[in-house]
Amino acid sequence: MSERVSLLRAEEALLKPGVYFMQGNIAAAEAALVAGCRFFAGYPITPSNEIAEHMSRRLPQVGGYFIQFEDEIASVIAISGAAYAGVKSMTATSGPGFSLMQEGIGMAAMIEAPIVIINVQRGGPSTGLPTLVGQGDVMQAKWGSHGDYEIVAYLPSSVQEMFDLTIQAFNTAWTYRVPVIVLPDQRVGQMIEKLSVPDYNEIPIAGRIAPEEPPEEFLPFNSKYLVPPMAFAGEGYRFHVTSLTHDERGYPSTSHKISTQLVTRLIRKIRDNEKAIGRYESVLTDDANLVVVAYGITARSALKAVKEARKEGLKVGLFRPVTAWPFPYWGLKEAVDRGADIVVVEINMGQMVRVIREHFANIVNIHSMTWAPGDVPRPHDILVKIKEVYEG
Amino acid sequence: MSLRVPHSRTDPLKSLLRMERFPHIWCPGCGIGVVVKCFVEAALQSGIPVEKHVVVSGIGCTSRAPGYIKVDGFHVIHGRAIPFAIGLKTARPDLEVTVIAGDGDLLAIGGNHFLHATRRNDDINVILVNNFIYGMTGGQYGPTTLEGALTTTSPYGFVEGAFNVPYLASALGANFVARWTPLHTKELTNTMLEMFKVDGFAIIEVVSPCLIYGELNNMPPLDMMKWLKDNTIIDHNADLSKIDVNFKKPLVLGNFVRRYRPSHQTRLKELVKKVVGGG
Ligand SMILES: Cc1ncc(C[n+]2csc(CCOP(=O)(O)OP(=O)(O)O)c2C)c(N)n1
Repeated sequence: MSERVSLLRAEEALLKPGVYFMQGNIAAAEAALVAGCRFFAGYPITPSNEIAEHMSRRLPQVGGYFIQFEDEIASVIAISGAAYAGVKSMTATSGPGFSLMQEGIGMAAMIEAPIVIINVQRGGPSTGLPTLVGQGDVMQAKWGSHGDYEIVAYLPSSVQEMFDLTIQAFNTAWTYRVPVIVLPDQRVGQMIEKLSVPDYNEIPIAGRIAPEEPPEEFLPFNSKYLVPPMAFAGEGYRFHVTSLTHDERGYPSTSHKISTQLVTRLIRKIRDNEKAIGRYESVLTDDANLVVVAYGITARSALKAVKEARKEGLKVGLFRPVTAWPFPYWGLKEAVDRGADIVVVEINMGQMVRVIREHFANIVNIHSMTWAPGDVPRPHDILVKIKEVYEG
Repeated sequence: MSLRVPHSRTDPLKSLLRMERFPHIWCPGCGIGVVVKCFVEAALQSGIPVEKHVVVSGIGCTSRAPGYIKVDGFHVIHGRAIPFAIGLKTARPDLEVTVIAGDGDLLAIGGNHFLHATRRNDDINVILVNNFIYGMTGGQYGPTTLEGALTTTSPYGFVEGAFNVPYLASALGANFVARWTPLHTKELTNTMLEMFKVDGFAIIEVVSPCLIYGELNNMPPLDMMKWLKDNTIIDHNADLSKIDVNFKKPLVLGNFVRRYRPSHQTRLKELVKKVVGGG
């Protein structure tokens, strides 16, 4: 990286604090630059193209590099390579490309490469509905690659959150050395609305935790830490990294003890920190007899429906998970303890509802409002469902 | 079994080997270890600080090489060594990034990356060990298996045809293309030294038949080595279209292609300069 250039020019080339009218995808690209992203690798796919196009124009202005690769497989792998060379890196895609990236996401989880992937969800399955909305990748984001691992995924619901959560995604990726997925739907990615960019000194930016030991004593996957400090290539640590199950030295191992130690740590570093990472928003849930759970664009429709229901005297609230993974189940606990009914509305055939059932089945009634991809349920559609459950 | 090298030569090489990981996993008689030794020798002679050398590999017998070399090393997933290497090199152009992987890894599952990295002229070195077969998975046919050969998935003989690697790489525009065998250690080491200096995509094919391949095709290891020793000719100016591997004719070796197209990374740097400088 042209270090000097980026240092001299980066600050002044970033989006100035202020108020903008901006598209979600572009807000995410600008946010990535603010977070320190200086390498983007990707392959064109609707409805995420604005991110790549914007990065191809903006990255050189801040001393960074853009490469349009031959496919999404190369893209997700290249950003892991760049991250290990010490450069914050990102890719963006949609369903078909996200499917192709899965083996690489598993690798990033295994070798603890901090990368950010924005998946602007379109309708599926397969090539599906390239230009239309879907929320069908929620489960894939968590379970898409083989084996046991953890990732973090954010569910932006506005252009503001495309900006804020993309910065947060970089911070989480680098704090926990984990692949982080920003999971907007097509509507949130492509809508244009107000964005407020705060002063940069109000935006915390996380980086790697550097090793303190001299190279001879450095263990790249030291199990003393949940998140081992990270050395970059070229710094003299001369470390080894493998996608095979590995010991603390980074060497392949077939020992069950080592496998247990590694897989447990990869999972624990996220699960033990779920409350620090997980986020949600609750609206009007304090006295609610019925809580609608919705995320992304659907949460905006649901909020309108909740307000309509309130006007009609129904005690209804909205719970909006801001992280899909870890799922912020604790935010629903109070409503569940009160015996509130739960209605999960999502643009898929019932994905997030499974997680809520996992936590709260047999305690309260959990209803699923499924909605095939291609369109957003209108507030009226959700209100009908609310009344059906509330009065039924 | 442990690695025994003549005493006078042990120490300098050892400094770049992960001695604690020996014995290595390769079969006795396999040529991959020789490639590692040549690489280590070349890296030490290169004048490039050892901490700037990085090795990247995919999955396979050959791809285990970085696990024995004491420089920053990345043993990534099958077929993806090249894009990982490109990410490293683009992010930190001061690194000297070398991919060491098998024919299946680089030309079958990773073939698309090979194709485009060569076209883009990414500034990485590739050492492709062509053992005619998928070694790690037990001897299935691959993109360099020879016509008619018996493998565990071509029990009646291979009917697809093989890549001619130097011809392919040259046609794709590689800046540097060479072919050697593990019996040509001096040439291989010197060629690696030259490869480190190339700005752009550089590839060395190392023809090193797998012992499983020999076993399945009536070529005991010693016969195979004897063939390689007696039936190779060095011709740096060979017509690459005619140097396909074929036991019925001599194997042509050499440093075939030297081009001076600026690398992708050099051009990216220029692009940043242009954008920032002008704006
Ligand atoms: C996606 C994927 N498919 C298949 C495999 C299984 N696999 C491991 S190594 C290998 C082929 C190795 O052949 P080659 O690259 O020629 O290297 P060699 O072992 O011959 O050196 C395969 C198919 C894998 N690890 N990943």
